[in-house]
Amino acid sequence: MSHDSAVIEISGVKKVYSMGSNKVFALRGVDLTVHAGELIAVMGSSGSGKSTLMNILGCLDVPTEGSYVLDGTRVNGLSKNQLADLRNQKLGFVFQGFNLLARTTALDNVELPLLYDRSGRTLDTRALATDSLRRVGLGERLDHQPSELSGGQQQRVAIARALVTQPRLLLADEPTGNLDSRTTVEVMALFQELNDQGITIVLVTHEPEVAQYAKRIVEVRDGHIVRDHPVIGRRRAVDDLRELDADPDTVLEEVA
Amino acid sequence: MKQSTLLRIASASILKNKMRTLLTMLGIVIGVGAVIVMVAIGNGAQTQIASQINALGTNLIIVMPGSGTPGGVNQGAGSFNKLTVADADKLKQQGTLFNAVSPVVSTRTQVIAGGSNWRTSINGVSIDYTDIRNWNTSSGAFFTNDDVRSARKVAVLGATVVKNLFPNSDPVGAQIQIGKAPFTVVGVLDAKGQNGGGQDQDDVVLVPYTTAQTRLSGNIRIGQILVSTTSADDMDAAQAELSSIMRDAHRLDGADDDFTVRNQTEIAAAMTSTTRVMSGLLAAIASISLLVGGIGIMNIMLVSVTERTREIGIRMAIGARGSDVLTQFLVESVVMSVLGGVVGLAVGYGGAAVLGHVTGWATSTPASAVAIAIGFSAAVGMFFGFYPARKAAGLNPIQALRYE
Repeated sequence: MSHDSAVIEISGVKKVYSMGSNKVFALRGVDLTVHAGELIAVMGSSGSGKSTLMNILGCLDVPTEGSYVLDGTRVNGLSKNQLADLRNQKLGFVFQGFNLLARTTALDNVELPLLYDRSGRTLDTRALATDSLRRVGLGERLDHQPSELSGGQQQRVAIARALVTQPRLLLADEPTGNLDSRTTVEVMALFQELNDQGITIVLVTHEPEVAQYAKRIVEVRDGHIVRDHPVIGRRRAVDDLRELDADPDTVLEEVA
Repeated sequence: MKQSTLLRIASASILKNKMRTLLTMLGIVIGVGAVIVMVAIGNGAQTQIASQINALGTNLIIVMPGSGTPGGVNQGAGSFNKLTVADADKLKQQGTLFNAVSPVVSTRTQVIAGGSNWRTSINGVSIDYTDIRNWNTSSGAFFTNDDVRSARKVAVLGATVVKNLFPNSDPVGAQIQIGKAPFTVVGVLDAKGQNGGGQDQDDVVLVPYTTAQTRLSGNIRIGQILVSTTSADDMDAAQAELSSIMRDAHRLDGADDDFTVRNQTEIAAAMTSTTRVMSGLLAAIASISLLVGGIGIMNIMLVSVTERTREIGIRMAIGARGSDVLTQFLVESVVMSVLGGVVGLAVGYGGAAVLGHVTGWATSTPASAVAIAIGFSAAVGMFFGFYPARKAAGLNPIQALRYE
């Protein structure tokens, strides 16, 4: 792949938190390049630095050292407002806890990022939000509030919200952490489908079986990337779903 | 973000907590309502005083004797009376801005009618007096110009005098004795009530000034000259014209005025300034409740910001700037307090009407009450909403997203 198609390019990224007189090194020098069309799983135990990495990739935090270029834009040195605009235009977030606005319909939730659009375009926000919900298979649930939806459906709403701005990159932080195993496979099927359509996805997970649906796995430990390898024998979530439907008692085999 | 979108988001989150919103609004409702009731009371009092002052007469200018300084010792106002009937005649003839001029010759003496007697003020006036004081007769008629010219012994009685001298009969045509001279009653004046200073204006007997000078006071000087101008607008011009005619008549050249001129506006200003202070005080006390209402809003907005920390985190993560969050919370508190202000406006209107009905006080809600209600409540919402909104805008998105 050519250098131009890199969505993310970080090099030598360090992140140090000062806790009083103590210094905590969350990232100790990370290099990572993500190309368009990739589906990457970032793995690591808690405290490994993967959340910090995710926050930096998501422009919610800035590195103490090292450079970050997102889709051709150098992130270092941007103001808070510029970071907010960058998140709005180039990124879509999916969180573990869904993070939908309570007592707000699916449609209103999905519409939200478009309301903060500052590009000056005229957008038919309702139509775009409706399309996005249809894309994740929730065309019939536009007026449902989060409390009226199952966990899997809520996560689909969150994915629709992330997609509605047509971001360059979808960032998913433990997207299946709160879901049962069948719903996990369903959501992963959706991610794979979106990825097949050309959307670049980075997801953070600590579940190896979830990582097996990705194309590439990056393992983080103690603030370093310790392994970065393509997935061999990648699983297709659609096939797993078919298997589950055939025999509901099947327990998906654990990956060693 | 579009303004309509902002309002929609704000109203949506206000409606999510109906009871809380209602109670918070109640503080503003009571505050704005109280301010409006107090303004209505103050305004009512001012209107009442203005009407009392108007009852003195329309566009009135009073010419009084000046002060004299014989041998360098100033004797004070009225000590140096040089006002004459000739002055009044000159004002009437030469004045272009006056529509009525009347000399007033005052004295106090005993009035006897049959078996009753009553001590009262006797005012010798011209027929212009009825126009100046805007005062008509309730029975009989005012004396005529002919009566004045011939110095006839005719009298018009005030309502209080009638009540004391003729409790059961119509006095018109009756004979009375003023001092030592016999007079014929030709008319009775309308009851005018107390003036702004609490004096009974009806305790008076009016006679032609010519008669008063020859039969009662025996003095060629007159107590004062009342002048009414054609319109309230040229009060200053009329006063200047009056002074120049008077100075001319007294041949003063470079000397100081030997007369004093006061107009109704000055008297009115003195009295309204007192009530203005009073109503200002009332409104100030009422606005304390508005302040308390504002603190209620701040309290609820702070709770709301804490409660919705996660929501703020989400909004920031998907691209809301700090200013977007600030505006959202500010709009929420302003919408809430302006709604309270509108309801408070209605409560204030109703409250003022009820209070006026129950206590009998004059209340009048000025048209500016609408502006006061909307303006004050918006300002309160803005002021007390700012701190919580700024707190929300300053949140770190990462921590806000993790907030449980």
